[in-house]
Amino acid sequence: MIDKYSLLEKLGRYAAIGIFLTFMLLPFLEMFLASLRPLTHLFRTPYQFWSDDMSLQAYSDIWVTVPKLPRYIFNSLFLATMTTLLCMIFVVPAAYAYARFDFRGKALSLGLFLAVNMFAGAVLLIPLYKLLRSMGLLNTYWAMIIPGAAFLVPTGIYMLKSFLEKIPKELEEAAYVDGASRLYTLRRVILPLALPGLIVVGVYSFIGAYAQQFLFAITFNQERDYMPLPAGIFEFIGYQQVIWNEMMAASIIGILPVLFIFLFLQKYLMAGLTAGAVKS
Amino acid sequence: MISNKTNQTQRNYLVRQFMAWIRPTSGINSTRLFAWVLIAPAAAYMCLIVAWPLLETVRLSFTNAGIGSEEYVGWANYEKLLNSRKFPATVGRTFYWMFLSVGLKLILGLIGASLLAANLKGKAAFRVLVMPPWIVPIAIGCIGWLWLYNGHFGIISGVLQQLGIIDGPFEFLAYKRSAFYSAIVTDVWIGTPMITIFLLAAMQNVPRDLYEAAYVDGASRWYRFRRITMPQIMPTFVSMALLSAIWTFNSFEIIWILTEGGPRGATTTLIVDTYKTAIANYKYGQGAARAVLIVAILTVFMVLYLWLVKKVNRKFGDNK
Repeated sequence: MIDKYSLLEKLGRYAAIGIFLTFMLLPFLEMFLASLRPLTHLFRTPYQFWSDDMSLQAYSDIWVTVPKLPRYIFNSLFLATMTTLLCMIFVVPAAYAYARFDFRGKALSLGLFLAVNMFAGAVLLIPLYKLLRSMGLLNTYWAMIIPGAAFLVPTGIYMLKSFLEKIPKELEEAAYVDGASRLYTLRRVILPLALPGLIVVGVYSFIGAYAQQFLFAITFNQERDYMPLPAGIFEFIGYQQVIWNEMMAASIIGILPVLFIFLFLQKYLMAGLTAGAVKS
Repeated sequence: MISNKTNQTQRNYLVRQFMAWIRPTSGINSTRLFAWVLIAPAAAYMCLIVAWPLLETVRLSFTNAGIGSEEYVGWANYEKLLNSRKFPATVGRTFYWMFLSVGLKLILGLIGASLLAANLKGKAAFRVLVMPPWIVPIAIGCIGWLWLYNGHFGIISGVLQQLGIIDGPFEFLAYKRSAFYSAIVTDVWIGTPMITIFLLAAMQNVPRDLYEAAYVDGASRWYRFRRITMPQIMPTFVSMALLSAIWTFNSFEIIWILTEGGPRGATTTLIVDTYKTAIANYKYGQGAARAVLIVAILTVFMVLYLWLVKKVNRKFGDNK
């Protein structure tokens, strides 16, 4: 009864949702349409929404215009994967400690971790540049992985912590009674149970790492062989003209990996994201 | 052979010692130690990538560091910055950018969350469809908007021309005002999905009996939203507002890709100014002074945030 809407209310709501989603999705639709149009047609006024000369030609031309494109796509996926792995190595033990133990300085240190969210990479670029240079890591994959993972760690700890808190403490205590060590318990009892949480935090980190590849890539790396797609895609902007249709085609291809991951795992992601984050 | 065996015995002894050390005992000290051992790697990593660079930025801000040598110059960078003609405008623009963008994100997020919380057919699909702007690479989303804003061939200019609102092609990113508001729209587009999803989750946590009791008492939908939903989601709303404020304040990639801070500085916020000074013009010292100011402003924000969260929690109660 409380959830029943009159027909008019219903229509109004659907219309509002329609407008909202149009704002969210129109850019993607337009990117896709632009990728289908021949370049000559793109530069034709007045604007035409649909026409007959659309084709998938751009999707085969991109590999010729920017020969390194497969490399860029590989780099993007590789960088995001490595960033996620590095991030998880730091997140898992710390999250476990915060979820299970009471110790002095707990609230303060957790607060300090979360305070990292205050800083964007852009604020710290100068010393980071010097740091990476002194370690000899400029113009390598590590120049993008190391700073990239750092900014994902605090949120990761916080999310995984709230997952681990839901695992009953009695399970661990039973393991201890049986004489298992702490590390053994962590490995054999906690981690298997926390697997859904680990997946959510991992995928979240992956999406974050994949989405934010631009800044560190253009600042710390000049090696084209290591460029991720979001930086390499600007090669479609030539000296003479911008090859818009191919740039859009490459963009669509760059979007697909995260879109697939998200679609497959969206049920867990939505629940996981908000479970950890709706905080007191 | 023999030495090998000795080694092995020694190793076994060490392993046993280690296992004894990490085996839980009732002592409080061992727990605390173990906890810190687990946290240490992450803490060390943060010190290396965030804390040390932060201190180094403060130090650099008192030097004239550039490509060549660096010397201590005292407060010169700050004096130069505060006395420059452009600086007050940049700060004002940054705050305007932040308040406008965050305000729009919150309003849209609230509307979106209310719509998606409604019990309608297809709501699961709608929730998924909201997410793409948030999860795709920021740079690629911005490229899409570059094309939309294109005056001659973009859809926005095209549709406005066909509707007769504008007479000819309009380059959205070429004029000071339109470039600024175009960047805002893109920033809102990227930031809204997350706020929508978190507010939606908060709305779903509101106990249903509150609504039912109000419904029985004849409260209208708007009244229920104002007097039940809003107070109940207030803690989340405040968290999102301030987190979003920090991120919007630091929003760099969107502006850089769309306009690089132009035209004629119209979209240069503090963070873009810092990047231009330090990285594009190699004036590390002067860039660092700007970065320190950003950190100072954000620290004030953070303190304000913690104070507000405390107050909100006291007033509206903990949700749990």
